[in-house]
Amino acid sequence: MPLDRVLPTLAALAVSMVLFGLFVLAVGVDPLETYALMYTGAFGSWFSWQNTLTRAAPLILTALCTALPARLGLVVIGGEGALVLGGLAAVATALALDGLPPPVVYGAMGLAGMAAGGALIGFAGALRHGRGVNETIASLLLTYIAIAVMKQLVEGPMKDPASLNKPSTAPVPDAYLVGTLPGMDVHWGLALGVLFALAAWVLMTRTTFGFAARMVGGNPRAARMAGLPVGTLLVVTCALGGAAAGLAGVMEVAAVHGRANASMVAGYGFTGILVAFLARQNPLAVIPVAILFGGIGASGGLLQRRLDLPDAAVLVLQGIIFVTLLAGEGLQGRLPSLRRAPPAARPQEA
Amino acid sequence: MAAPHRLSRRTLLHTVSAAGALGVLGSALPWRPALAKDLVVGFVYVGPRDDFGYNQAHAEGAAAVRALPGVKVLEEEKVPETVDVEKSMESMIALDGARLLFPTSFGYFDPHVLKVAKKHSSLTFLHCGGLWTEGKHPANVGSYFGYIDEAQYLSGIVAAHTSKTKKLGFVAAKPIPQVLRNINSFTLGARSVDPAVTTAVIFTGDWSMPVKEAEAANSLIDQGVDVVTCHVDSPKVVVETAERRGIFCTGYHASQAALAPKGYLTGAEWNWAKVYTDYVTLVLAGKTVPNLVRGGLKEGVVKTSAYGPAVSDAARANADAVKAQFMDGSFVIYKGPLKDNKGNTVIAAGEAQGQTDIALESMNYLVEGVTGSIG
Amino acid sequence: MDDGGLGWWGVPLAVLAGAIRVSTPFLFVSLGECLTEKSGRINLGLEGTLVMGAMSGYAVAYGTGNPWAGVLVAGLAGTVFGVLHAAICSLERVNDIAVGIALMLLGTGLAFFLGKPFIQPQAPQLPSLALGWWSDVPQVQSALRINALFLAGLLLAPLLVWALRCTRWGMVVRIVGESAEAARAMGYPVNAVRMAATATGGFLAGVGGSFLSLYYPGSWNEGLSSGQGITAVALVIFARWDPMLCFYAALLFGGAGALGPALQSVGVTQGYYLLNAAPYILTLAIMIATSSSRHRLAGAPAELSVTR
Repeated sequence: MPLDRVLPTLAALAVSMVLFGLFVLAVGVDPLETYALMYTGAFGSWFSWQNTLTRAAPLILTALCTALPARLGLVVIGGEGALVLGGLAAVATALALDGLPPPVVYGAMGLAGMAAGGALIGFAGALRHGRGVNETIASLLLTYIAIAVMKQLVEGPMKDPASLNKPSTAPVPDAYLVGTLPGMDVHWGLALGVLFALAAWVLMTRTTFGFAARMVGGNPRAARMAGLPVGTLLVVTCALGGAAAGLAGVMEVAAVHGRANASMVAGYGFTGILVAFLARQNPLAVIPVAILFGGIGASGGLLQRRLDLPDAAVLVLQGIIFVTLLAGEGLQGRLPSLRRAPPAARPQEA
Repeated sequence: MAAPHRLSRRTLLHTVSAAGALGVLGSALPWRPALAKDLVVGFVYVGPRDDFGYNQAHAEGAAAVRALPGVKVLEEEKVPETVDVEKSMESMIALDGARLLFPTSFGYFDPHVLKVAKKHSSLTFLHCGGLWTEGKHPANVGSYFGYIDEAQYLSGIVAAHTSKTKKLGFVAAKPIPQVLRNINSFTLGARSVDPAVTTAVIFTGDWSMPVKEAEAANSLIDQGVDVVTCHVDSPKVVVETAERRGIFCTGYHASQAALAPKGYLTGAEWNWAKVYTDYVTLVLAGKTVPNLVRGGLKEGVVKTSAYGPAVSDAARANADAVKAQFMDGSFVIYKGPLKDNKGNTVIAAGEAQGQTDIALESMNYLVEGVTGSIG
Repeated sequence: MDDGGLGWWGVPLAVLAGAIRVSTPFLFVSLGECLTEKSGRINLGLEGTLVMGAMSGYAVAYGTGNPWAGVLVAGLAGTVFGVLHAAICSLERVNDIAVGIALMLLGTGLAFFLGKPFIQPQAPQLPSLALGWWSDVPQVQSALRINALFLAGLLLAPLLVWALRCTRWGMVVRIVGESAEAARAMGYPVNAVRMAATATGGFLAGVGGSFLSLYYPGSWNEGLSSGQGITAVALVIFARWDPMLCFYAALLFGGAGALGPALQSVGVTQGYYLLNAAPYILTLAIMIATSSSRHRLAGAPAELSVTR
């Protein structure tokens, strides 16, 4: 990310820290102590780093669900739904292929999860292109529906009778569970997230596909006149975003829960939206921003224990960061940044 | 027990003067590092710890532990059943030196508590749910649970004595065995008084859905129910709705008597203060803690709320008599012949399933007299 | 009937009663959002505003002993959030949807943070009017125990229709929503109009939140809204930016929420997750059925980003 985009983001972060500091000061807590503790909890030791990275792993992937379609000027907020469907598909695949060698099943789980997540967001993209349905509202509604379907399946047809008081699907067989990265206590989702983000960055900045996508995002009418397959680009990019969030769901199942159940709905999809915006929809910038948000999450517990701050302190800080960032965007005006969706339709301000 | 108008356990956060305004608030407790000899005990809750329900019951237990000498208590609330709880516990261990942990939500156990316990085999993890199995789960893990359906049985007795319509209502979260057992015991208690009594059950689908819970309570009341109880994380909404509609209610998890001074009859409460102080006392004395602790009224794991003003003398006498049998261990709730509400016999005549019977752990039926089915 | 139960007749009655009880927050948020969107901006942050209104209303009602003071403060808190939304959106190059998501987060976070001390205490509740005095059936009496805020919403919907259609103010809002350029050419202050519309929308959403905490279900806790604010924003699209249709849609969504529990109370207990999601499925279906990629939705303000 060029310096002229990094600096405003850092400035927004600094202003947010001042505002949040004033906020905790108003409730009688020392801001310096708060930040010192947050540093300890997030990055102060190898344990804290691993805590942070573990929480960052799903955020990288769910952020891509918003960041990729944003290249086309779309605001997609359905990462949570794609994650849930991805997890469900992974379990179903692992159970169906039980007995096959692990590499085959790993691959199949990953593909199934990405296909499920991709289908959900791809559908939102198709609705946008084919029927002009707003993708923001559609992806949100699809998320609510996906969560309801998951709960219905987990407590009905897909329920493991042995799961008794915590209704869940049957467990993924042990051979197909995903372990931790060598030398650290962080699961493979982190590596996959980084790889996916890198691949997305290459795709969006170094290929003709990415160039075409950016053209659509810049000016859909011109793109259509130039003969670009706008619909295909739209649906494929949305599907790729959904696939990323679906993969996050696969890892939640294969590396964290070992089965699918309502615990998959943990808000990673919604936090991912924030990460994407703070990363200015740049797939590469998503990585450090996800780590930052992972760190905020990792230090939340410490703030509760040591300072008696409510758990919502983390939400307040995230909210302040997001609002400050957007306000900063507007105030700096001239620098390239978030675009209105889609900007071409606002000729009076072009 | 919480004082009725306690603002919050965050006693330092005083009333916010106006909405949205950050009023003048007290200063936070300075962090006091634990003394080397202090036992650091960590409690993790899945929801807010002043919810008048599940989490409050545990927080009251934690408060009792806090009062013990030589103990330092750490608490974290609203920790979801994901990798978050693993990291919360590990953070308590790595950064605050916790040696004894109480992950209090049922869903924390598998795989989260098990994973962390395997990594930290010298520390003790005590989980609420009664899920520990010899040979299958690590030795440094314990699990505890209470036969709270005994208290629900007593609530059912009181409810049946009080009801005029002979229709009772039950607002439940999900049709899982623990919940079904409470519904069934409540109904069996009521029908021991009058076999004409029925219980209508509504599942909201999740543990905390205030609007759905209020809607469920209102629907039940519209169907003629005049005593309602529930099994959701926070009974506050159900109890308040019942009070406003002028019917009776019985509580769950903690005491909601303060919320319904007229209609609150009695309630099934956890007594985690006893369980937790017992555990911590054992650990302080350097003794090994039992891996599985289960108990009901007799063992002091569960208790009943004090009777409300609407409870008749006959109801008291009846409930107290059965309670005495629970206390001497002679009462069995689930004994044949017992039919489910589809007419199938679930326990044959002459058979009995005592509280420790494993068959009760996988209950998948509603007894005769319950209106509703398992989705 | 001698046992006081209504059997299957209870289902339509419960749905009606539920529609009246549950619809009020939907109604207020959707009317507010309708006005905001008519001016050409979407405020997705009303979920946060609703929760903030619920918390602040409850806190003030508890502190002062007067629930109406709570309603007022809830509205003012909502206004503050509306002004904030409009102020940020009036800057160049800012996406109103993103600002909405940010304020949703900030509002929810602040409400949870500041609301901790108010989970336990009981605040005085808003009174209701007993409009069922003519009936002997207690269930009917209860169903017609109607809160004044619902009636206010009932009056507000046609008032808003009239104001948008027949007053100068309404005309200005519509012009700004149709074409900012034209409005500017005609000398109307586009940003000021949108500020007023968003602030009013925020006020109404805040009042809607106070209904949740001060009347039904009538207590403050962190799970109180469970997405009603965001549902209400979708409801505006469902209702085609027509305040009267917003009113009917709010009743429909409220009734849909009551249908599940009502069916269960007479013994139908299948598929409640899908039943709970019915409003979302319905909204999506209607959006798909009535949208078109060639022309914008009927009634949609041309400046509105979600309809392009």
